[in-house]
Amino acid sequence: MQVPAPFDYKRASTLAEAIALLRECGPDSRVIAGGHSLLPMMKLRLARPEVLIDINHLSELDYIKVDGNTLKIGAMVRHVTLQKSHLAAEYYPIFAEAEEQIADPLVRNRGTVGGSLCQADPAEDLSAVFSALKADILIAGSYGTRKLPISEFHTGPYTTALNPDEILTEIDVPLRSNTGSAYEKVERRVGDWAIAAVGTMVRVDDGLISEAGIGLTAVRADHFRAKEAEDSLLGRSPSTEAIAEAASLAARHCNPFADQRGPEDYKRHLVEELAKRALSRALNRSLPEVH
Amino acid sequence: MRVNMSVNGVEVSDEIEPRLLLVHFLRENLRLTGTHWGCDTSNCGTCTVLMDGMPVKSCTVLAAMASGSQITTVEGLGANGELDPVQQGFIEMHGLQCGFCTSGMMLSARWLLDHNPNPSEKEIREAISGQICRCTGYENIVRSIKWAAAHSQNSGVQQGVEA
Ligand SMILES: Cc1cc2nc3c(=O)[nH]c(=O)nc-3n(C[C@H](O)[C@H](O)[C@H](O)COP(=O)(O)OP(=O)(O)OC[C@H]3O[C@@H](n4cnc5c(N)ncnc54)[C@H](O)[C@@H]3O)c2cc1C
Ligand code: FES
Ligand code: FES
Repeated sequence: MQVPAPFDYKRASTLAEAIALLRECGPDSRVIAGGHSLLPMMKLRLARPEVLIDINHLSELDYIKVDGNTLKIGAMVRHVTLQKSHLAAEYYPIFAEAEEQIADPLVRNRGTVGGSLCQADPAEDLSAVFSALKADILIAGSYGTRKLPISEFHTGPYTTALNPDEILTEIDVPLRSNTGSAYEKVERRVGDWAIAAVGTMVRVDDGLISEAGIGLTAVRADHFRAKEAEDSLLGRSPSTEAIAEAASLAARHCNPFADQRGPEDYKRHLVEELAKRALSRALNRSLPEVH
Repeated sequence: MRVNMSVNGVEVSDEIEPRLLLVHFLRENLRLTGTHWGCDTSNCGTCTVLMDGMPVKSCTVLAAMASGSQITTVEGLGANGELDPVQQGFIEMHGLQCGFCTSGMMLSARWLLDHNPNPSEKEIREAISGQICRCTGYENIVRSIKWAAAHSQNSGVQQGVEA
């Protein structure tokens, strides 16, 4: 029987209370959101917090809304809520496409968007999604709040820029016109993590690509991002050649390693093929007619 | 610490260690052994119960986190001595062999039919896709849930509302 090591449990009912508790209980305390990464790690003693601060009752962090030119997603939004959100899908179909392939329906009922990003598992799907969308991360701590681009949030496998007394509160995604997005993932079976996955966002203005985001997961891309591939698309007209070139750059500039999910060359091949598909679909969706 | 929750419509309260998982609280403290406990790694779904109306893996929820919630286990299916149509469906269509996955499967099925009374085969398979059955090959589970859909008037669960 796997059981976590003993800890103290505290339930926060507001963000301010959660931050105060984190400060009071010190660096050996951790917040618990859905618990679907943290509890398995605690059972294996890979994590051993002394105090767990339950943030499941922070309804103030559970929202998906548009404010001005920004789609705002609260940290406590469950995977299932983002998966089914018409508002999120209307602007960015990548959300529903990625979410329906994350874990399984039972995990999606509990796991949260904030928990996914903070867990920073190298195969986390939402890290690739928010990298493609060039999102900003909002963070609150006892000193106040700060905002980081997603490219500065993940600092390595399982590590983030968060200080021990900070909480991720919101993810901000800029709304863009003439923009399409898509997600492509290959997994061994339902509920498994990606062998490789690619998320894309492309904006086309006056027939030329004016903005591109390509997020990769499970293939050790720096900050879950294929920057060289993104840059190669800027100023080009959307064409099969441009897509193929970007896909090939994405496959070259990641660092997959062989494991039980497959050998390195297979993973690179997947990245290239999935990038092509996700870029084509995003480009199709960027056309104003296809809404 | 003290936890209070409603389990199958009955208010329960107990003194527990914070590290106690919901599945063990149900099985050991409340002796509701219909909820099974399998992989321990959040993968098999045999421990599925409804928490505030949503199917969850009870091995990956602390009993402390469930305090204040409404929990439905397989013992809460059916009412007034009558089986829930989902339970009857598993009998009629031979939806089980060893029965290890069955209570979890039936709770996901109940949730599905409460939200989608007439699901397609694809929707049924999607709803149980977080749960593993080592015996049936799933075919008869899908048939059982279809049987329940065809023979359902309304839910046998006393609670479990979700937006
Ligand atoms: C069987 C299974 C399959 C899975 N498959 C996939 C998959 O295919 N793809 C995928 O992307 N994920 C997958 N996951 C992970 C799933 O998405 C988790 O739910 C997610 O990684 C963590 O979210 P959580 O809310 O459960 O976080 P928790 O487990 O509660 O927390 C994870 C970490 O983040 C910290 N944390 C949580 N929220 C905050 C916050 N707001 N601010 C600061 N720190 C915070 C916690 O302290 C902890 O360190 C899978 C999980 C399981 C159990
Ligand atoms: S025992 Fe809970 S998922 Fe297997
Ligand atoms: S009936 Fe044996 S595991 Fe499903």
